[in-house]
Amino acid sequence: MPPAIQNPRFLLSQCRLPFHFTPAPLQLPPNPSLRRQLHRSAASALSSDPQTISRDPKSPYPSLPSPPSSQILSIRESLLSRQRTAADIADEYLDRLRRTEPQIRSFLHVSETVMREAEEVDRLVESGAALGPLAGVLIGVKDNICTADMPSTGGSKILEGYRPAFDATAVRMLKEAGAIVIGKTNMDEFGMGSTTEGSGFQVTANPWDISRVPGGSSGGSAAAVSAKQCVVSLGSDTGGSVRQPASFCGVVGLKPTYGRVSRYGLMAYASSLDVIGCFGSSVIDTAIILNAVSGHDRFDATSSTHEVPEYASCLISIDDLDSKPLKGLRVGMIRETIGDGVDMGVVSSIKDSALHLEELGAIVTEVSLPSFSLGLPAYYILASSEASSNLSRYDGVRYGNQATADELNYLYGDSRAEGFGPEVKMRILMGTYALSAGYYDAYYKRAQQVRTLVRKSFKDALDKNDILISPAAPSPAYKIGEKVNDPLAMYAGDIMTVNVNLAGVPALVAPCGFVEGGIAGLPVGLQMIASAFNEDKLLRVGHIFEQTLQNFKFVPPLLTE
Amino acid sequence: MALICHGGIIANSLFLSKSALFTRSSSSLFHTLQALKARVSPRAESTTSTLKEELIQATPKRAVEQNTHGFEAIIGIETHVQLSTLTKAFCSCPYLYGSQPNTTICPICMGHPGTLPVLNSKVIDFAVKLGLALNCKLSMTSKFDRKQYFYPDLPKGYQISQFDIPIATNGFIDLDLPVEFGGGHRRFGITRVHMEEDAGKLLHSETGSYSQVDLNRAGVPLLEIVSEPDMRSGLEAAEYAAEIQRLVRYLGISNGNMQEGSLRCDVNVSVRPIGQLKFGTKVEIKNLNSFSAMNRAIDYEISRQVLLHSQGQSEQIVQETRLWEDGAQKTFTMRKKEGLADYRYFPEPDLPEVVLTKDYVDKIHQSLPELPEAKRRRYEQLGLTMQDVLFLANDNHVAEFFDTTIENGADAKLAANWIMSDIAAFLKNERLSINEVKLTPFELSELIASIKNGTISGKIGKEILIELLSKGGTVKSLIEEKDLVQIVDPTVIEALVDKVLAANPKQLQQYRGGKTKLQGFFAGQVMKESKGKANPLVLNKILIEKLKGDS
Repeated sequence: MPPAIQNPRFLLSQCRLPFHFTPAPLQLPPNPSLRRQLHRSAASALSSDPQTISRDPKSPYPSLPSPPSSQILSIRESLLSRQRTAADIADEYLDRLRRTEPQIRSFLHVSETVMREAEEVDRLVESGAALGPLAGVLIGVKDNICTADMPSTGGSKILEGYRPAFDATAVRMLKEAGAIVIGKTNMDEFGMGSTTEGSGFQVTANPWDISRVPGGSSGGSAAAVSAKQCVVSLGSDTGGSVRQPASFCGVVGLKPTYGRVSRYGLMAYASSLDVIGCFGSSVIDTAIILNAVSGHDRFDATSSTHEVPEYASCLISIDDLDSKPLKGLRVGMIRETIGDGVDMGVVSSIKDSALHLEELGAIVTEVSLPSFSLGLPAYYILASSEASSNLSRYDGVRYGNQATADELNYLYGDSRAEGFGPEVKMRILMGTYALSAGYYDAYYKRAQQVRTLVRKSFKDALDKNDILISPAAPSPAYKIGEKVNDPLAMYAGDIMTVNVNLAGVPALVAPCGFVEGGIAGLPVGLQMIASAFNEDKLLRVGHIFEQTLQNFKFVPPLLTE
Repeated sequence: MALICHGGIIANSLFLSKSALFTRSSSSLFHTLQALKARVSPRAESTTSTLKEELIQATPKRAVEQNTHGFEAIIGIETHVQLSTLTKAFCSCPYLYGSQPNTTICPICMGHPGTLPVLNSKVIDFAVKLGLALNCKLSMTSKFDRKQYFYPDLPKGYQISQFDIPIATNGFIDLDLPVEFGGGHRRFGITRVHMEEDAGKLLHSETGSYSQVDLNRAGVPLLEIVSEPDMRSGLEAAEYAAEIQRLVRYLGISNGNMQEGSLRCDVNVSVRPIGQLKFGTKVEIKNLNSFSAMNRAIDYEISRQVLLHSQGQSEQIVQETRLWEDGAQKTFTMRKKEGLADYRYFPEPDLPEVVLTKDYVDKIHQSLPELPEAKRRRYEQLGLTMQDVLFLANDNHVAEFFDTTIENGADAKLAANWIMSDIAAFLKNERLSINEVKLTPFELSELIASIKNGTISGKIGKEILIELLSKGGTVKSLIEEKDLVQIVDPTVIEALVDKVLAANPKQLQQYRGGKTKLQGFFAGQVMKESKGKANPLVLNKILIEKLKGDS
């Protein structure tokens, strides 16, 4: 059925956005196989090649390039229908990875066994055996998530060449579902940073404009999905490390509720805030990945026993939507996130998104979170304090970089001085200071009190609203090197996301628009926040939002060149 | 009987010898000591004090009392008890003392990146048991904290411990001092009990040029018990520690073995003029591997401090950690404290709070065994002497053996005598503990009954006992098998007496000539003739009649 959704932004965006495709009254064919075809030839879609898009002159509403569809489901379908082999798919991704990697540099390690694993999937298909839900899906894994058969460094020189003895629980679950880990993605050292420039090894570029940062700390995972070097990826989010790079790179990023996904195998940065999240090019894909990695783990005492719903199954097809699919949904737009200090283009993208949600039937109001501005300093104290403790184990005694020294204190000092980068050292110092006798009450304890306030203000706001919305970052992706020497400016960029970690609630970032910059504009993400364990609600809203956002195509110019 | 037990050991160990009897001695003792010495020696420095150490060394132990005139010692003890859970506190590794280095380890207890602790619930069971046994107030909600410092035996760079909310607080422990030291009942306060994890061990090379890390012990659960500063002498301190050992063994939460490091005591000693309210500067003593070492180290330290006080050099008593050297019988400075160590405690974010329910605590309360103090009071009620009471209640296996014996109807005093004399001697010789012998409490009660009802003589009883201890079997079958039933029939005994008198006319003559000491000789001969089965009372009665009457 043709989507009967009014899109007021259609006209709006035409005059504002520097898009190089021509809006025209287009209608998507309801046939899913055709739609899949559309996606595979994203480049041709972007260049608005008329032969891939059929017109439907009867449709009263204009429609533009198809909304993102699930890459995971399409891989599954093509495997099951024998249209393509897993080896074929893996080859395609590896090929693109090799082509784009010299510019993007999102991987610290690329697996050497991808083709072999893909052929194994093909043998399964041949034999008619049951396929796991992620069979043949190529997944990038952030380098701070342990993989037994690949190096895992956390982006730090101190762990250069370190190979864990075990797979992180999330990785194990993905593998059990049939996924193929394509490699380990770049990141700010131990997750400390918002640009991926803080990696001990390399700087990753934003596929939308390679002179810009992909965000961080999960910049490698976001850039890799954006550049289609992998289908989906895992990241980790302590203060926004999944959501901000998702926004910068124009992909979907999900930060689950604290405890939803086991942290076992995630190198701890700030244990009370850390959570493994996922990236995909569609909301459905993040939902499928979330399904695969969620659940209680006996190796993580902080993982929740809360039931795991079938996240993807509640995402109804766009064809079945009625005219007001979000009727009655109460949406609170966080006032503090759309005011001073936030890029005007970002603010208008978010306000447009709010209008779009209203068109879908939602009731959007502004809400105030009075403790919002306190979250940032509280976050930096708590995260640094926990980090100073969590990073104590990197002492050069058992694994990782060990300095040559005659005396124990020099062994410690030199191993850590040589192994850690400047940002990590700074946070260890800050955290050590905050936990010191005589300062504990003024810093750590106070920050915990602020955390309680933040939790409460989120609870109040989410009692009155189904979801809250805000930008995921106060600006689009900025230039590489722009904030390297201004850590406070970089920290300030986390204002949109840290409160969510302090409250422990889930948030989804979906691309919602563009602002000027680069050759094709820079993507902006909409952050949607829900109460703890309401990922299903977020995913449903995000999916409808994404599927009805018809005039944007979030494929970076890198892939269209 | 007590003499048998104490003889030969009393010189070194004042009261511990009793428990030593019932524990298998460890062949690894030597290695442990070596390792410990190696570990601390690089940091040890000899004291620069002007104090004449020889003076103290020469002072007989008994004179400590006199040396402290005008001063009193204040002693507090921190005890670490290693819990005998099947697996470590936060991972599923087993722990076996003496295993090859680094064989009971996993990524979690090695502190590998990405690993997380998951609490072994047995640790809480054990902590609650001990908290209740120490008459503590339990924290129904407590939490874990991280205690942070760098040392190669600490894989994570922090120890998971409990800081401001320990699981148990405000308790006390009751004990009885040994009779041979004047006896007396004492109650010492318990400040707190908290849960934590053990660290690994460093093995230093002979040359001292490198050290190796053994993480087998890393992550093994400990309970730290902090006492109030209620002890006043080395003896009281050592008895306190011995009572803690008894308690954890009764509770079955630890083997309490000091040599293996399952029970470790750090002692704080200070001295102040009697009447002064303010505490003196406290000195911590480590490396105390036995109760007797504790006793002697503390008495040495008290004397050292008192001497400094009385020489007007009390400023030389500084807050420091001193090591007890068994060889020198002295304490030495290990490290002086520069202010307080800052461990930067903060709540462990990887572990949820520990929440106890009333039902859970009640259940554990009901499951507690009879504890040493209750046992001692009950034994007293049975009419046993304090010496018997202390001996029997000292070892839970012995107490259990005794209790079962009297439950089978044996007389308490007789059962106590058997256990404390012949059985104890056998165990000592064979280096066994009472639960390792073949004798069952039931057979002991049978044995006692057989003697009491005259079926066998006491002498035969002793012989059967050895058989029962080493080979097992029942009293009944042994008596039948060996035809050991006591001869009580006067006519049979009279015939034996006549036979002996007839065979020894010379001695009979001497006896009648006034050498009455020979009665013993005749009794012995008759007993021999009866193969030891003659009832001694009947025998002597008939013998005297015969010796005197038939003249």
